[in-house]
Amino acid sequence: MVARNLKKYYTLKMGFVKTLMAKAVPFVHAVEDLNLIIGKDEVFGLVGESGCGKTTTGRLLLRLVEPTEGKIVFNGTDITAMSSDELRKMRRKMQIIFQDPYESLNPRMSIFDIVSEPVRIQKVASTEAEVHQRVTEVLKDLELVPPEEYIYRFPHELSGGQRQRIAIARAFILKPEFMVADEPLSMLDASIRSEVARLLLSIVKKFHCSFLYITHDIALARYMCDRIAVMYLGQIVEQGVTEDIIQKPQHPYTEALLAAVPVPDPTARRTEVVIKGEVPSAVNPPAGCRFHTRCPYAWERCKKEEPKLLPTEDNRIVACHKYVYGHGK
Amino acid sequence: MYFYTMRGEVKAVDDVSFDVNKGDSVGLAGESGCGKTSAALSILKLLPWNGKIYGGSINFEGEEILKMPPNKFNKDIRWKKISVVFQGAMNALHPNKSIGSQIAEPILAHESISKEEARKRAERLLDLVGIGGSKFDRYPHELSGGMKQRSMISMALACNPTLVIADEPTTALDVIIEAQVMKVMKELQQKLNLSLILISHDLSMIADSCNKVAIMYAGKIAEYGESARIYKEPLHPYTQKLIGAFPSILGAKRELESIPGFPPDLLNPPPGCRFHPRCVYAMDICRRKEPEVIEADGSNHIVACHLVGK
Repeated sequence: MVARNLKKYYTLKMGFVKTLMAKAVPFVHAVEDLNLIIGKDEVFGLVGESGCGKTTTGRLLLRLVEPTEGKIVFNGTDITAMSSDELRKMRRKMQIIFQDPYESLNPRMSIFDIVSEPVRIQKVASTEAEVHQRVTEVLKDLELVPPEEYIYRFPHELSGGQRQRIAIARAFILKPEFMVADEPLSMLDASIRSEVARLLLSIVKKFHCSFLYITHDIALARYMCDRIAVMYLGQIVEQGVTEDIIQKPQHPYTEALLAAVPVPDPTARRTEVVIKGEVPSAVNPPAGCRFHTRCPYAWERCKKEEPKLLPTEDNRIVACHKYVYGHGK
Repeated sequence: MYFYTMRGEVKAVDDVSFDVNKGDSVGLAGESGCGKTSAALSILKLLPWNGKIYGGSINFEGEEILKMPPNKFNKDIRWKKISVVFQGAMNALHPNKSIGSQIAEPILAHESISKEEARKRAERLLDLVGIGGSKFDRYPHELSGGMKQRSMISMALACNPTLVIADEPTTALDVIIEAQVMKVMKELQQKLNLSLILISHDLSMIADSCNKVAIMYAGKIAEYGESARIYKEPLHPYTQKLIGAFPSILGAKRELESIPGFPPDLLNPPPGCRFHPRCVYAMDICRRKEPEVIEADGSNHIVACHLVGK
């Protein structure tokens, strides 16, 4: 899955008079000039706080949201301008898992209906027996056994962890090649979370999926993802092998994120990175480097010039003047 | 403390004991449904209509709260000596009143001082939490999530309480804002010598902010003691697995622990130890007899498990 120069701007709705009076319609710069490549069999994490554009990016890649500009190429095919008919066929191979297991399952449908729905919509099974077989197979993959105990139940009879497994089953029943999961574990209790995480990773491996894992929890991303990209205000600020970034963050925002994350060890010595203030508005992002208003290292250049994403010696990319020019030049 | 429902009594909090000394920051940790919020609401007598405290004692500064007449409790204790920051408190702010006036409100309700005095105190509280007294007249919709949560903290501190109960104070906040808010709480706690009960499912956050922690499971306390002790040498199998379920960015990458099954139905909790159906070490006695709460290696490290102390 490849994304090139993806942009997504949302227009702000204003009152009638304001629209007449405004010189230009304001936009929310949700995603700005984003480039991504996710390989087969790769778990790629998109990490950032709320409003950074990670959810929008996930939806853009599936064209659940139309890009303002840019290209999306999947398996060598440009899907950016595809017709809805052709896109529907493509969607057999591209699926999504949402965050809330209590909202993403239709409460009036039985588990069997929920999990078999994609098969019916895409018409990939010729007999009822085949549909049944596919459902039981995927439920077994998610260790919901025996499947017969689950298929005639309804979502409200299941726990959060079980519901999320059903959502995963529904997403994987078509054996997709690309999967987006938007915070699939954050609403689950801690002890259940790792169980579902393990199942998710094993089913991704089984189907050789490219997997985009979206989360605000960088500690969990460390556990789940081979590579990660850290996003801030619509842009990727740092990207590379997960373990490298966790051990030695290069971008000041990544540093701050890692310093802020609590760890389950009261005796751990942590460096305190003082980041003041809140994330600025995406309607009027700061000029130059978008992080400069909160960056402890910001100097003149950062206020005027946007840093480019450049490769580093250890196989990652960073967008920061400090990395290129050193401190305070 | 049990909830009365149409299907029977939900034994939400059963024989829970812990102490909070002055200046302590005690974490009440556990997963959803373990009874931590119910235990805390019991302290403030803020239970829903079908919740009833059947026994036990809550001793605050030498006085027995459960025997106190409601009037005295409302006037002298609730919000004056013990206050709360609720979960999702930022949604509890009145949209049509300035945040300053909402902070001044409890002050005016509990103390007989002038409006100007109350305003000055509210402004000082806003300074204390890092929002700034100049924002007194702002409305909640003008503030960010982190600022709203900090306003709730100011409100909780308005009448100079000695104990603050914070129930999941940083859910719905981003990591960096969460760190800012927790930093403010820790500083305030030290400055004002407050005692804090911090309720959370997030063991990482509790490790960061609390000197003592009580791990709750199915309405009971599984383990309780100094945080450093509990995290380094957890004795209860549930604690061990739970700590292991939280990923860390420090140290080597490791496998995450998980616990098969799910928490019991508290209408009919399992016999014996409530954790036995999910415990890898469960023995015969665990299925029959509830473990007693004992003090392990004599250092205020309390645990309820048949494996310990034999």
